[in-house]
Amino acid sequence: MAQDLLVPGNLILFATILAAVSGVPLLFPCFFSVSRAQLLSIFLMLSASFAGLSGSIVTLFSGRSASYELLWTLPFGQAEFGIDALTAWFLLPIFLIPGCASLYARSYWNADQHLANISKMTFFFGLMTASMSGVVLARDGISFLFVWEIMALSAYFLVSTEDEKSEVSEAGTLYMITTHTGTLGLFALFPLLNLLSGSWLFPASASLSASSWLSTAIFLLALFAFGMKAGIMPLHIWLPSAHANAPSHVSAAMSGVILKVGIYGLIRILSFFHGVPLWWGCCVLVLGVVSGVVGVSFAIGQHDLKRLLAYHSIENIGIIFMGTGVALIGQKVGSPAMMLLGMSGALLHVLNHALFKALLFLGAGSVIHTTGTREIDLMGGVARRLPYTALLFGVGSVAICGLPPLNGFVSELLIFLGLFQGIQGEGGAAVVVTLATPALALLGGLAVACFVKVYGIVFLGVPRSEAHSARHEAGWAMLLPMSILGMLCIVIGLAPGVLISPLQRVTLAILPPLVGVEGHSLPALVPTTMITLAGVFLLTLILLITFWYRRRLLDSVCSQTVTWGCGYQRPAPRMQYSASSFAEMLITLLSFVLKPHSHLSGKIAGIFPGRTRFSSHVPEAVLELVYIPLLKLLYQRFSGIRRLQSGILQQYVLYTLITLVVLLVGSFI
Amino acid sequence: MISLADQFLVLVLLINFISLGTSRLIFSIRAVAVQGVILGILPGLIHPFSWHLVAITLVIVTVKGFVIPQLLGRAVRSAEIKREAEPFLGYVPTLLLGALFTALSFGFAGRLPMLPEHQNYMFVPASIATLMSGFLILTTRRKAISQVIGYLVLENGIFIFGLLLAEAMPVMVEAGALLDLLVGTFVMGIVINQISREFSSLDTSLLTSLKEE
Repeated sequence: MAQDLLVPGNLILFATILAAVSGVPLLFPCFFSVSRAQLLSIFLMLSASFAGLSGSIVTLFSGRSASYELLWTLPFGQAEFGIDALTAWFLLPIFLIPGCASLYARSYWNADQHLANISKMTFFFGLMTASMSGVVLARDGISFLFVWEIMALSAYFLVSTEDEKSEVSEAGTLYMITTHTGTLGLFALFPLLNLLSGSWLFPASASLSASSWLSTAIFLLALFAFGMKAGIMPLHIWLPSAHANAPSHVSAAMSGVILKVGIYGLIRILSFFHGVPLWWGCCVLVLGVVSGVVGVSFAIGQHDLKRLLAYHSIENIGIIFMGTGVALIGQKVGSPAMMLLGMSGALLHVLNHALFKALLFLGAGSVIHTTGTREIDLMGGVARRLPYTALLFGVGSVAICGLPPLNGFVSELLIFLGLFQGIQGEGGAAVVVTLATPALALLGGLAVACFVKVYGIVFLGVPRSEAHSARHEAGWAMLLPMSILGMLCIVIGLAPGVLISPLQRVTLAILPPLVGVEGHSLPALVPTTMITLAGVFLLTLILLITFWYRRRLLDSVCSQTVTWGCGYQRPAPRMQYSASSFAEMLITLLSFVLKPHSHLSGKIAGIFPGRTRFSSHVPEAVLELVYIPLLKLLYQRFSGIRRLQSGILQQYVLYTLITLVVLLVGSFI
Repeated sequence: MISLADQFLVLVLLINFISLGTSRLIFSIRAVAVQGVILGILPGLIHPFSWHLVAITLVIVTVKGFVIPQLLGRAVRSAEIKREAEPFLGYVPTLLLGALFTALSFGFAGRLPMLPEHQNYMFVPASIATLMSGFLILTTRRKAISQVIGYLVLENGIFIFGLLLAEAMPVMVEAGALLDLLVGTFVMGIVINQISREFSSLDTSLLTSLKEE
């Protein structure tokens, strides 16, 4: 029995069940005090994380797979669950991030201070983790839909944790509408897949031909449904408000993992096909480019710390899509190097983004916890009071910008290498790839600008308002999960060689045409040793310069002044750079997509102008300028149909009667 | 015995017409109670004797003939209403529609592919006709109590169809169906009381504000 439990597959199933019940102690306040119940549920969640992580790591390195049948017949046949390399890869963030987040919640969302919603939040947090694990484990369309829906609903309850605030409940409603629109796509997708493969079970990878119209429909539906969940650009509308209004550790889990489950769905569906046409790959690549560049541009314009991070999630999902697109194009043009590099870059970025984005959201949570606001322009000087949080947030920022020696650099490098392979090709594919390469570079640059803004305004300088100045460093329960995530960012950044062999295994599992192609293996394509050496060199250089600088500071005479003092004689905190002034130039340049709003009350004239106020913000342009007008138009056009819903009970029964009669009559014709 | 069963079924059909054509609620409830008692006796007429059958008969007669009518009668008395005023469709048109549906269901049942031993029974047409009558009552009446009566008639129609399978039907299924009915009646009874207490009217068509927008 004990030995059975240690099989990786059983460990993962055990972890899933543990995670699902982790919130249960809080539902019975009669047995435990709330505080103890929260401790118990954190313990359950941490054990789930530990079991799940060890199970998936063993699966990844041993390459063994397992499959389970549920002894419960659904109307559409057996429910089947399985573990393979791709599943195990996605299980890493699924078990790691919620584990860290639940420990973080101990001081961030302490039971005694949030009695009203702690039990709801903890319960659905565990359920969400378990259902995400269920989604990547599911091996047939019906059980996939089941767990997918549990995941969507529990995420809804998490987003609307503080549903007494109107802003939060609106964000929840928007999320609910969009997630169900996506699910609608899945309801169409799986029957089509069933039509094509003849079974509800997922077909083996590369077993279906991509040339029929059915597979085109499946591809488009997958792009729509999973793109909606992942937050790809025109379908991202739910993401900023949901991430901003959820508690920070929930945002970390949502941004870090739920979006990745969308990516998983897309990659899983794509892996069923062989002979993928060129336009599939181009489509995914172009969507990735648009999402990346526009996402990061929107991020630059944000004043809300969590909204800003949410837009960066859209950017990073774009990068992952780019990698996937490169792999698909490589499949068409017959370049194993492109396939390997693109796909493994995308997969590595899935893990990396989960790590650093969760780190950033947790860091942002600590800052928001101590300053009491999400407005960047009200913060300032946080680094003095929260030195460790500032350091860890700095690590996350460097990682998300894709700078060496951290993990973001490695995955973006893989995608760059894939793109370079594509440029050497011929034809239309090469043109698209050539155009996409500078876009990846551009969004890296814009991300650096954005995080210089965030870090500079929030952590450096002096507090901009007395009411929102930082008070104290976060407790160990908040710092420990952040340190774990930060350490992992550094380890992957310095020693990517560790992950190369599992990555190669995952990539080969989903792209079987690669198996047996000689001379193309990931270790040969990726200069891991160079990355490690360069990283170590860079770190040493940074440390040396810091050391030298400190020495020089000690020796010379110093005077203290405000960081963003702009050279004035008597700078005041209000004269510091603000988030809007820092980003002003870029916003003006990009105003054709961002459509910023600015409000100036009164005129500025003369040498001594009177008091005026100026404010600007970047709205969610896609939602406000495209979707809402479109939906309003539809609402007006189809108002006739709403007469069917009269609210009169008798009329509804009449509909049933008419349906029955039509069916009876129809059976004779 | 079969001819006797058929005569009982004719009685069931006539009771459908009574409940379709009357405006007096108490009369309608009693008619449906009688219908329930007849349905309780029917299995004994067409299947050979067994204790299982006796149990079914006893339970059905008690529940359909006495318990549910009692509950409904109490609801009618406490809500102090006697008649169904202003239905959506008048009584004569409803009766005519009921007659049309009954005729159609006989035509329809004749064309169903049935086992030879069920061929000559009136069970299937009576079942469909009763079902349709239930639907008619549900769609044309306004008062919540009439809705419950419509629901009961509908359920009786389903029950007649189930009679053909009485031997194959396990006790659990029957018990489940009866329990459903009882719970449904309870819920409706509570709803009726609440509606009349809150709004001093039992007109369900006034409940349209429950829909969105």
